[in-house]
Amino acid sequence: MAAGSTYTPIATTTLGSAGTITFSSISGSYTDLVLVVSNVKSVSSTPSCSLRVGNGSVDTGSNYSDTVLEGTGSSASSSRQSSQTRIEGGYYVGINSNGNGGVYIYNFQNYSNTSTYKTVIWRGNTPDGSAPGTIGGVGLWRSTSAINTIEVSGSGANLATGTVATLYGIAAA
Amino acid sequence: MIGAITAGLFSAGVASSTNSYESIATTTLGTAASVITFSSIPATYKHLQIREISQINVAGASKDVYMRFNSDTGANYSMHVLYGNGTSALATASTSATYAELATTGTTAGASVFSGGVIDILDYADTNKYKTSRSIVSWDGNGTGVVFFYSGNWRSTSAISTVTLTASTGSFTANSSFALYGIKG
Repeated sequence: MAAGSTYTPIATTTLGSAGTITFSSISGSYTDLVLVVSNVKSVSSTPSCSLRVGNGSVDTGSNYSDTVLEGTGSSASSSRQSSQTRIEGGYYVGINSNGNGGVYIYNFQNYSNTSTYKTVIWRGNTPDGSAPGTIGGVGLWRSTSAINTIEVSGSGANLATGTVATLYGIAAA
Repeated sequence: MIGAITAGLFSAGVASSTNSYESIATTTLGTAASVITFSSIPATYKHLQIREISQINVAGASKDVYMRFNSDTGANYSMHVLYGNGTSALATASTSATYAELATTGTTAGASVFSGGVIDILDYADTNKYKTSRSIVSWDGNGTGVVFFYSGNWRSTSAISTVTLTASTGSFTANSSFALYGIKG
């Protein structure tokens, strides 16, 4: 009944200097993608671990939206963004180079189908900084194109040196 | 740019070994169906995970999905839910339910908007304890959407060999897809 092992590391990138991370030419041979971004630290005052995706290149249009649920340890809240130029995964404010970096795990569901818009669900945790907390979210890319390019940035700005992003592929039977 | 391939241990909630995660079965709907069934699930794994995209063919925003184990329709389930609807964070719970509740989207957000979900069923073959599930199931419709976190309990010590997901109303639409994986201990 089982089809064999499937949770395949596709690529990993560790930033040697501040920058963004792009995975391109992603094979369409998997069913889902899982992207783990860790050691996320601040390089600007209001950074967010954000995503843009595309087919062939990153879609820079206002074709993204997201809904999030977050808790700070003293309160919980939910918010939404519509017709945005990226999916905002959650803010990590004030984590300096000595702090514990945040972790965000994104699931790209059925990323290569060409029938539906693409849904990304994620969990994130920010254990340090001026606004520690946990977040869950869902993002939508309003395109039926297969995703073969993923860009991770700090809300359009750079991610800090030492940020690690690893992309996995999961293939269903 | 794709960086070098890295295999092996990576903490933070992903499989610790890529050899520990196996595809068991997948159902992708070509036409609408109201029930998804995974049966004859082998007891050889530690945990199960269902990964899905789905939509129910009824107008409206969120729609309930009923998860049951071993075809048990008795009042043996309970759950807690934490969810955010874009405006407020909310929580609810139920006891002695006849199913473990999940959710998906209806058609109001648009024909191309599908919910995404990852459902973990822990220690599913352990006959010494009741069964616990945890799930994140969410959808966004560019102006609407909900993030759901579920925990569920099935008060049975039986090993789980069948999982059904039933649309609470209408049917799951074509292109809904459900994949069952086994995670080794």
